Amino acid sequence: MRPAGGPGAAPPGGGPLLEVRELTKHFPIRRGLFSGVSGWVRAVDGVSLSIAPGETLALVGESGSGKTTTGRCILRLIEPTSGAVRFDGANLLALPPRAMRRMRRRIQVIFQDPYGSLNPRMRAGTIVREPLDIHRIGASRRERDERVAALLRRVGLDPAMRDRYPHEFSGGQRQRIGVARALALQPRLIVADEPVSALDVSVQAQVINLLMDLQEEFGIAYLFIAHDLAVVERIADRVAVMYLGLIVESGTREEIFKNPLHPYTRALLQAIPIPDPARARERQVLRGDPPSPAQPPPGCRFHPRCPSAFEPCARVEPALMEVAPGHRVACHLYPGEGGAGGS
Amino acid sequence: MPSILEVEDLSTHFRTDAGEVRAVDHVSFRVDEGETLGLVGESGCGKSITALSLLRLVPSPGRIVSGRIVYRGTDLMPLPEKKMRRYRGREIALIFQEPSTALNPVFTIGYQIAEGLIVHKMMKKKEALREAVRLMHVARIPDAERRAREYPHQLSGGTRQRVLIAMALACRPSLLVADEPTTALDVTIQAEILDLLRRLKEEFRLSLILITHNLGVIAETADRIAVMYAGRIVEEAGAADLFASPLHPYTQALLRSVPRLGEAGSPPAGGRKKRLPAIDGSVPDLLRLPPGCAFHPRCPDVMPECRERVPRFLPLGASGTLPAAAPRPAARAAAAPGSTGAVACFKHHDPEGRPR
Ligand SMILES: Nc1ncnc2c1ncn2[C@@H]1O[C@H](COP(=O)(O)OP(=O)(O)OP(=O)(O)O)[C@@H](O)[C@H]1O
Ligand SMILES: Nc1ncnc2c1ncn2[C@@H]1O[C@H](COP(=O)(O)OP(=O)(O)OP(=O)(O)O)[C@@H](O)[C@H]1O
Ligand code: SF4
Ligand SMILES: [Mg+2]
Ligand SMILES: [Mg+2]
Repeated sequence: MRPAGGPGAAPPGGGPLLEVRELTKHFPIRRGLFSGVSGWVRAVDGVSLSIAPGETLALVGESGSGKTTTGRCILRLIEPTSGAVRFDGANLLALPPRAMRRMRRRIQVIFQDPYGSLNPRMRAGTIVREPLDIHRIGASRRERDERVAALLRRVGLDPAMRDRYPHEFSGGQRQRIGVARALALQPRLIVADEPVSALDVSVQAQVINLLMDLQEEFGIAYLFIAHDLAVVERIADRVAVMYLGLIVESGTREEIFKNPLHPYTRALLQAIPIPDPARARERQVLRGDPPSPAQPPPGCRFHPRCPSAFEPCARVEPALMEVAPGHRVACHLYPGEGGAGGS
Repeated sequence: MPSILEVEDLSTHFRTDAGEVRAVDHVSFRVDEGETLGLVGESGCGKSITALSLLRLVPSPGRIVSGRIVYRGTDLMPLPEKKMRRYRGREIALIFQEPSTALNPVFTIGYQIAEGLIVHKMMKKKEALREAVRLMHVARIPDAERRAREYPHQLSGGTRQRVLIAMALACRPSLLVADEPTTALDVTIQAEILDLLRRLKEEFRLSLILITHNLGVIAETADRIAVMYAGRIVEEAGAADLFASPLHPYTQALLRSVPRLGEAGSPPAGGRKKRLPAIDGSVPDLLRLPPGCAFHPRCPDVMPECRERVPRFLPLGASGTLPAAAPRPAARAAAAPGSTGAVACFKHHDPEGRPR
């Protein structure tokens, strides 16, 4: 068993809008269609985090570290193996389906792929309108139409484009349609899973700015899943870094970017190529691939790749501990004050 | 330094039901011996089709409609297919953008690397397999003997990319064209692959064309950079110059819109988070290109002539109105060694090609 850690990433002050505790999701591995389970992919293996109203928590980490699975468990698009998810005080995992559907109005999602995530046979206007229809929002058809027009305008699309199909839009425009749809029900939280990763840089900037504008205007909180740390530095208030199903470091944006502690976070920051030849630098290149979450290494999961690994790392799993106010790290280099971090 | 490759006025079009797609439109550039040329531009601007054109591997319905591809003094364009094959892999090797299409799922990794050696170098199978393992060592694949017996699906993205690099090096090419070699990879793996490419470039004395849309990758790897927009090269310059003083409004806007670490500003304690300077509009559809300069609908500096005429790609400070006897002035001039760069924009040349 891992030692018990404190909450993964807690916002300062006020009650959290979203609170996730010890979330796990283990996927069964089966050799064939009818054979038994031969192992488990520990995609998410005890993640705790919280998000305050109007705040952006960025979840970063490499491919396969469990970011999407965490997001999908929060939305209950997949059922977690264990853990608790509280939203606005309610335990989402205990809600019956109907109550969960009502709750879905308040938690929306934006997907990574602006090409695959919109129904290709629906017109843009219908895509944005659908949630309003499902939840019977607005007194009349006309009122809903007006809302759709307002939403399209708000994300920078001409309402005259409502009759076009997704393939008639560019990637950035499609992502805007996705944003307009997510906004339709005035959610309090949007889980944005790599919302700009598939977009060209020039278009990426438009969508990031739009997300920031909307947050200011409507007080929306974001769980912003990303791997581009330069984007994250723009948009995040706090950052949680995942590695192989676990949060290994979390803290305010300033703490994570100015004072990264976990060797993995440091490697991640160092690995980013700098778009400036004058500053291109010698970097310490991390050797090897991340191991499979089906067989996480014992002790610290990062130890086989860690440049600072020492005696306890292969044996003892480090707990996530608070080393500075709001800054938590799971690494033996930082023994902390012992015990769990504050809440 | 002599150039290993000179591309002059290359155009590659696709004839489709919807119209003629000018995927590569009057493109000229050169690569010097030992140099890394970076080719950047946004999705669909023609980078991959340019790369495929170099080896005359354009998929149908595409075809090269004009241009010269001069490799160490030989124009590859008029060569019969049989002769052309001697250049592919042996002189110029291409790492394809889509690794899954480059690897056959039913053969082992070792065999696929060896195959090129058996075909091109007439090696015996056993000898070729041994060489394959050696190449995998060269590409820093740990445990190469064992991995050589594995199949593509058993490899991580990073290892697969190393295998492609090993394959590309098998016949000892002099020029390597790497099309988005790190795009599908995580940043830490990306850093490893770029590091590997840099070392192999030294070891094998390679010239390299690195294609990417990632300006960070380009900044860290390229000696010189060509920026593509809508099928054309709009600016070319030494890497340091391009990043320090971009000239084309598109390059300027592109560089501004890249989020950089450490530029997000002070904590947004209640205040507004700093916005990114964005380019309005979207990357154009090649079938519906605007008249004049393709960038003009998004350009902050647009002038009346931009809407009507297409700016030519001309070296800085040079005049495009050379005597009629000089063939392809734009191409020649752009390829002139020692020039500080070239640009296709009416801010820098008037419609007659005179410097402004
Ligand atoms: N339905 C599933 N069945 C089995 N394994 C799964 C399933 N979904 C995800 N996984 C595995 O769980 C792990 C975490 O995946 P997840 O998609 O959450 O990662 P991620 O951090 O979002 O990665 P990426 O950056 O590539 O999107 C991976 O090893 C993945 O292969
Ligand atoms: N088979 C084809 N038929 C018609 N048009 C094509 C075909 N293949 C490519 N094109 C067009 O040629 C243009 C250039 O494509 P290319 O693949 O070179 O872009 P790219 O710059 O490599 O983009 P990316 O960054 O997305 O890889 C694109 O606009 C594309 O639509
Ligand atoms: S030619 Fe005109 S429109 Fe094109 S980039 Fe230059 S100033 Fe802008
Ligand atoms: Mg994901
Ligand atoms: Mg391409």
